Amino acid sequence: MATQVVMPKLSPTMEEGQLSRWLKKEGDKVSMGEPLAEIDTDKATMEMQALSNGVLRKILIQEGESAPLGQPIAIIGEPDEDISGLLTKTKAAAPPASSAETPPAKQPAVSAEPQKEKEAPAKSSPDGKQASAAPAGARMLVSPIAARMAAEAGINLTSLRGSGPGGRIIKRDIETAISGKKTPATAAPSLRAVAPARPVAKGEVYAPSAYRDEPLSEMRRTIARRLVTSLGPVPHFFLTSEIDMERAADMRRSINELYPDAKLSINDVIIKVTAAALMQHPQVNASFQDKEIRYYEHADIGVAVATENGLITPVVRSADLKSLLEIGAEVRELAERARARKLKPEEYTGASFSISNLGMFGIDEFTAVINPPEGAILAIGAMAPKPVVRDDEIAIRQIMRVTMSCDHRVIDGATGAQFLQTFKQILENPVYLFLSQ
Amino acid sequence: MAVLTMRDALNTALREELARDPDVFLMGEEVAEYQGAYKVTRGLLDEFGPKRIIDTPITELGFAGLGVGAAMAGLRPIIEFMTFNFSILATDQIINSAAKMLYMSGGQFKIPIVFRGPGGSAYQVSSQHSQALESWYAYFPGLKVVMPSTPADAKGLLKSAIRDDNPVIFIEQERMYGMKGEVPDDDNFVIPLGVAEVKREGTDATIVARSLMVPLALKAAEELDKDGVSCEVIDPRTIRPLDIDAIVGSVKKTSRVVIAEESHPFCGVGAEISAEINERAFDYLDAPVKRVSGADVPMPYAKNLENLALPGVEQIVAAVREVSYLD
Repeated sequence: MATQVVMPKLSPTMEEGQLSRWLKKEGDKVSMGEPLAEIDTDKATMEMQALSNGVLRKILIQEGESAPLGQPIAIIGEPDEDISGLLTKTKAAAPPASSAETPPAKQPAVSAEPQKEKEAPAKSSPDGKQASAAPAGARMLVSPIAARMAAEAGINLTSLRGSGPGGRIIKRDIETAISGKKTPATAAPSLRAVAPARPVAKGEVYAPSAYRDEPLSEMRRTIARRLVTSLGPVPHFFLTSEIDMERAADMRRSINELYPDAKLSINDVIIKVTAAALMQHPQVNASFQDKEIRYYEHADIGVAVATENGLITPVVRSADLKSLLEIGAEVRELAERARARKLKPEEYTGASFSISNLGMFGIDEFTAVINPPEGAILAIGAMAPKPVVRDDEIAIRQIMRVTMSCDHRVIDGATGAQFLQTFKQILENPVYLFLSQ
Repeated sequence: MAVLTMRDALNTALREELARDPDVFLMGEEVAEYQGAYKVTRGLLDEFGPKRIIDTPITELGFAGLGVGAAMAGLRPIIEFMTFNFSILATDQIINSAAKMLYMSGGQFKIPIVFRGPGGSAYQVSSQHSQALESWYAYFPGLKVVMPSTPADAKGLLKSAIRDDNPVIFIEQERMYGMKGEVPDDDNFVIPLGVAEVKREGTDATIVARSLMVPLALKAAEELDKDGVSCEVIDPRTIRPLDIDAIVGSVKKTSRVVIAEESHPFCGVGAEISAEINERAFDYLDAPVKRVSGADVPMPYAKNLENLALPGVEQIVAAVREVSYLD
């Protein structure tokens, strides 16, 4: 029987939710417990799970649209079921689908993998016993104590495979998940593993970066647990570096002479250099995910933009794959729309790293606050002529101070320092940009 | 502490309570001259005389009724059924008189009576004489039901039963009369009714067992220990009032339960315990509650079939392995 999917209450204070991303398309098969969409609440972006089995027959609100609690946002039913009755019933309540033209945001190509896995015929487990994965479309089986332990530990049950009869998730599976040990039951490689040297599809550079999740090591977990007791949920530490900007400034000038329309800024150069440095230090292009560390494949750089309404951080996706000119144009376009409050949620969420620049206000140096779950943020001070020692002589150079705030749960001091070293090296000699890519 | 058989531990309890309280008397078939069909009342006639140790005709309904009347008049009768199979004839007196009198008289008549005797399976006495009737009696409000599993428990619980002001069904196990164990000498050694005992501590699974199943459960726990499964064996000892808190406490610790019983599964005490666990400890369970019960057939006479109809160590081990997801 077809059922309506309504906007769920995902936080205690939530009154309406904004549909940030559909994780299923119309016509896709859905099973109970499977993530259906991401909802932006007043607090956070939350995954919403399907509460019935069937096919996603109709999406009633598009990505970026909001709906009050309880308003129908989709219909799940059998593939050939007549849902016209439900549709007319919901029409009155649903707002006009104004942005129906907007194509749904392209999902990371890898997200198809877990689905593929489910469609595959049940295989025998390594010990020769009957495979424990539940057949596609079956109800998730979980023992009461396992469900409770998972809820307490914040473990997503859909990410587990039960080792009990019929694929029931049992206490042992949760204990295994908590301890991070790999067992045959959960040995399936972490979701979203990224194939090496994957050819980049055209257009993908505007989609959020693919990533892979790696279970926390015991050491990482201990570091995280200890540090949050000292510094709050995101334990920051700070690394400052002084950078000679002569060559970067020269390069920017030269490009602007060649392409006067480009109006390339130093910040655009910094974005590109950051992306290049991140590609060399993937440990920094990462975020803490409670049970895993998420490593992003590309550098999705959040760029802090001050607007009349406050700070917003539009994201330049895959900055590592884009040219300086592309980055410059994109940042200007995003900043304009940010000031006009026209950004879509997916355009200002899900960065892998952020940059905040207060140089235009004459700030010499400052520390920025990490935008969770990103692993770090770079605070850029003003570029100004300063006396420095070069070859035992005092010289006047364009100097800029940057301070990187790191989430110590993900990035250790040395890791951050090595990244900053590379960043400084490239920025002081931007010709590296053309060598690394 | 002396090492006594279950039979002698019960005999000691009877002797001590008869000596302690002149209102206590014992009545039943062959309890006096013959000294009891299972010799539980050995020596009592000589010691306490025919006014207090009374042989009855084969009239269960009659002497059960005499007992209820004596209790109403202020005495503390102990009624022995040669086996509980014959108590079926006396159920009108037990259920309609003994169990309900306090309630129906508005509290005027308490009935301090003990109905005792062997129950459960014996050795090849067939369908009519191999019955576990505890769920019958536990069903009725107004009755207490006690089932000891060791000589010490037998002594302490029987003394409590005799001192209790309510009708108590005290079911001994025919196969266990010869079982030996240490029994405290203290003639004030009593075990309160309604208190379970952990017979073995463990962390991975709880086995709830009573009466004959307790030694089997302990043996199963030993076997399982070799495979690294730590079992807690808990004996409620009193079926009603049931110490459900102790059982639930154990389940919350282990998350897995097997209930072992020699009675039939349908509407049995195990079913009741299972329901209570479900209501009180659902969120702690890692597997469905599993019962190991006697076969749902009248007890066969043939020895091989009789063995098959009763749960054994093997079945308990298999059930624990099942709820522990080991197979």
